[in-house]
Amino acid sequence: MTVSNRTFSGRLMTWARGKSPWVTIFNSGGCNACDIEIIACLMPRFDVERFGILSRGSPRHADILIVTGAVTRQQAPRLRRVWEQMPEPKYVIAVGACAAGGGVFQGLYHMVGSVDQVIPVDVFVAGCPPRPDEIINAVVTCLGLMAEDAVHGGRAWRTKATSEAVAEAIA
Amino acid sequence: MTRIVVPIGPQHPALKEPVNFRVVTDGERIVDLELNLSYSHRGIEKAAEQRDFIRVLPLIERVCGICSHSHATVFSKGIEEIMGVEIPPRAQYIRTIIAELERMHSHMLWLGVAAHEVGFNTLFMWTWRDREAVLDTLEELSGNRVHYNMNEIGGVRLDLSPSQVEAALARMPVLEERIRAYVGMVEDEETMLTRFRGVGSLSREEALSFGAVGPTARASGVDYDVRKDDPYLVYDEIPWNVVTDTNGDVYGRTKVRIGEIAESLGIVRHCLENLPGGPIRAEAPKAAPPGEILSRYEAPRGEVAHFIRTNGTARVERVDIRTPTLANWTSVAHCLIGRPLADVPVIVAAIDPCLSCTSRITLVKSGGDLGKDAPPPNGPRGWSR
Repeated sequence: MTVSNRTFSGRLMTWARGKSPWVTIFNSGGCNACDIEIIACLMPRFDVERFGILSRGSPRHADILIVTGAVTRQQAPRLRRVWEQMPEPKYVIAVGACAAGGGVFQGLYHMVGSVDQVIPVDVFVAGCPPRPDEIINAVVTCLGLMAEDAVHGGRAWRTKATSEAVAEAIA
Repeated sequence: MTRIVVPIGPQHPALKEPVNFRVVTDGERIVDLELNLSYSHRGIEKAAEQRDFIRVLPLIERVCGICSHSHATVFSKGIEEIMGVEIPPRAQYIRTIIAELERMHSHMLWLGVAAHEVGFNTLFMWTWRDREAVLDTLEELSGNRVHYNMNEIGGVRLDLSPSQVEAALARMPVLEERIRAYVGMVEDEETMLTRFRGVGSLSREEALSFGAVGPTARASGVDYDVRKDDPYLVYDEIPWNVVTDTNGDVYGRTKVRIGEIAESLGIVRHCLENLPGGPIRAEAPKAAPPGEILSRYEAPRGEVAHFIRTNGTARVERVDIRTPTLANWTSVAHCLIGRPLADVPVIVAAIDPCLSCTSRITLVKSGGDLGKDAPPPNGPRGWSR
């Protein structure tokens, strides 16, 4: 479902989502370092709750999926399923060097690789692990993308069109 | 008797890491527990055989993000022992400082998570706030908050300047005061006493027979600490005590960990004040002679052991990692039998499980059939977007 910015209820929903995005944290087989930095974001020093960002256990309640770690072969189908359970519009932040490109685990026998091989990613955060302020910056960047997507009526404007879609548009 | 299987994980609100419990219950009572620990398996041991020692250290450090210094130190300690390299005293002191700071941050992290599991979120917030002081110290000394990367074969990577030592020492009084507050809190905070006392009891005999290690064993009165029993680095020259307790339950483990935070603080302070001068690394040869060694180390969660076999090249022939969490799982399964389902989070959290450490094996079904979990035949890219 794409939220239209033309109706009042659509604008209200976009506004509300931007003021209080709910996130789900998913460890796709990383080393915990990114996870403890994300949890540190929720704690008094960095305190992302002042931006309305809440951590939720269920992906069905979440607007943003924060994925940490390179994807292992066992976690890949689970990551895909968790992402599929999220309601639209959904956004994905891949935290850390491993999530972005496999990092130090690149090419190991039990790895699928980066997160974007399994699900589409909106924001990548570099670092091993990134500092909490960089993770907060990623969430804020994601909120900016949300607002722009609402104006454009979906994320299609900033993603590469598949060859089928191009053929369809020409025909 | 009706048996109900309650699956928990790998993605579950109560879990921080991917693990799958199949809790078999009869009504409210747990009768059996099955575990699948292989979700974080990455194949680090195999990869370590294909990289030289310099490149293995960053990889070994990423076995676990919380006790990263433990894995790097135990590995370099083993390689140095095979090579016959004696690391300079200053490097030993710096390794000890980082190791004890890591223990403090890990135990504070644990205390917060354990409090969170029993619904005492105030303490969760407090410990994580105070933990930031430890992380700041680590960041000042090593440049990183989480993966310090201080080790090198033959010594440490970075030297500590006098101003860094001074800044680290200046943080100690604040931490000391906070730790005193925790000691008081664990003894008379009703929320913790009610949920921790008598939960997850493990007698001394049981702890010994299940091979429990670390704070889990020490809370049951087992006086076992690698730092005392097989001293490495500088633990035999500095004053400190092994913290034990006789309660044997989650309350005892909490007391042991808080006691260890205080001990670690004392060690860090002593090492910073008595930091010897001299070089920070010794010249180490590139290749290690053929040999085998079992290198042991007291990580925050207990004894971590690396079995290393070298074959005369700059790579290891085999490295086998045995982590404390693996040693403690059997005791968890035993503690859970007969307890209500609501005790699962607190008893599991009480051993401070680290799944990325423990995921050393994975099961492959014969015939290569992964069933409905298999990625599409044309690879993961074949998933629709």
